[in-house]
Amino acid sequence: MEEFILYFTIFVLSMFVGFEVITKVPPTLHTPLMSGSNAISGITIVGALISAGSHHTTLTTVLGFIALVFATINVVGGFLVTHRMLEMFRRKD
Amino acid sequence: MDKTLVSLAYLLSASLFIFGLKGLSHPRTAVRGNMLGALGMLIAVLVTLMDRRILDYSTIIAGLVIGAAVGTFLALRVQMTAMPQLVAIFNGLGGGASALVAGSALYEAGDPDALFAAASAISGLIGAVTFFGSGVAFAKLQGLLKERPIRYSGEQKVKALFFGAALLFAYLLSSSPESTYLYWLILIVSAVLGVLLTIAIGGADMPVVIALLNSYSGLAASATGFVLENTALIISGSLVGASGIILTNLMCKAMNRSLLNVLFGGFGEVSSAGEEDVYAGKVKATSPEEVALLLEGARRVVIVPGYGMAVAQAQYAVRDLYNLLESRGVEVEFGIHPVAGRMPGHMNVLLAEVDIPYEKMKELEEINPTFEQTDVVIVIGANDVVNPVAQKDPKSPIAGMPVLEVWKAKTVVVVKRSLSPGFAGIPNPLFAMDNTLMLFADAKKAVQEIVSALKGS
Repeated sequence: MEEFILYFTIFVLSMFVGFEVITKVPPTLHTPLMSGSNAISGITIVGALISAGSHHTTLTTVLGFIALVFATINVVGGFLVTHRMLEMFRRKD
Repeated sequence: MDKTLVSLAYLLSASLFIFGLKGLSHPRTAVRGNMLGALGMLIAVLVTLMDRRILDYSTIIAGLVIGAAVGTFLALRVQMTAMPQLVAIFNGLGGGASALVAGSALYEAGDPDALFAAASAISGLIGAVTFFGSGVAFAKLQGLLKERPIRYSGEQKVKALFFGAALLFAYLLSSSPESTYLYWLILIVSAVLGVLLTIAIGGADMPVVIALLNSYSGLAASATGFVLENTALIISGSLVGASGIILTNLMCKAMNRSLLNVLFGGFGEVSSAGEEDVYAGKVKATSPEEVALLLEGARRVVIVPGYGMAVAQAQYAVRDLYNLLESRGVEVEFGIHPVAGRMPGHMNVLLAEVDIPYEKMKELEEINPTFEQTDVVIVIGANDVVNPVAQKDPKSPIAGMPVLEVWKAKTVVVVKRSLSPGFAGIPNPLFAMDNTLMLFADAKKAVQEIVSALKGS
């Protein structure tokens, strides 16, 4: 329970950080913000790596593998497409 | 690798994510910000690959290669007009991955306790709703499903039933964590719930739903972080969750509606009552040549793009018009409503694609006071966001919604295929105003013809 409270504290505090940081993003960049933050939510890839590689049971390996494919598409595609869009905003500087 | 070192590396990743998001506060620093985020992700992945629990790398390599190939293909091939669909796919995959990781962790844990099982259940619930909700959102945006909201009697009760069932199974799982089959039941009812929630949403409400699903994908990652006791997931997930909540809120405000109304309200039913009274004999049609003449005498022009510009792929023609007018010394700006298009910032991305400087893209509050000094406003494929009824009729479905006050300009040219109503299903008195001219045509073709008429003169 104590550990849970500790994690919950981290969760709540980073929510506040998120609110502070994201409110400063101008509406012009809201689409790249969505795709970029979405790529960040692909952090679940670290869990997928362990599930896919630890070979606990066939079931967990399969679940881990599917999760890994999903998360990798999310991460790689997300950062790349965000980069593509942001380059377009920068071009005329 | 030492556990302390791993934790520190995860902390570094999370910090890089925060710096990355901070970089998005300006177009100049945004590219670097996104790279910092990607660097953070790379560090997290590399550190995890050194984990002692990993016995075999073949599955991992296969997963990484397939995922990276598909991700790269999608990211490089997608058209800017299809960005909402792509973001919907990514949201869904992120949520789905989190749910599966949590499920797998439930099986791996020898003796899961109640909190562990509860966290897995929540991750499964949010993840499955995100995955299947995003699937429906994608199908609607891509035109595979009708954009019209699907509504039926007793709708809210059905949704409440499925949500209740998901919560019940989650409760049961946390009280007997060894009954892992319950996890699958949670996934199934949440999948149905995700579908039910999104089929009820109409096309123009998609910006809200995509923002909300974005938030869910973050919260699912966070919940999985509680399962794995991994702070990197908890922090990153909550950052994304916060981002999605802010965007959802902004979109709702821009429509003067509550989130509950968007999700459960009966909006978007098409009824074109009262059209004759509004339009009869008062609508004036115009031609590209006439618009070109108007533009020749103009000193300040504002272009208001809407979803119609995206559908017609008219952004390149708009760029030509912009360049031509600017080269003749006309001041041109773009007035962008927050919910124009199918996702937050959709119009801005399309305009950036064709090299319109971001300084020219003005928000609603910025552009509204300038309409009185504007000679010509060109509305391209927008309807409800320029409807004066929002300010005049408190009974209208869009009452109180902030709108672009284009009618204050000397002349308004509306490029539109017909007088058909927008998403709100109501007629737009703007089209019948004395200073409004209607150019009935496909947006791309119309703007191209205006450009050639201007060049010819």
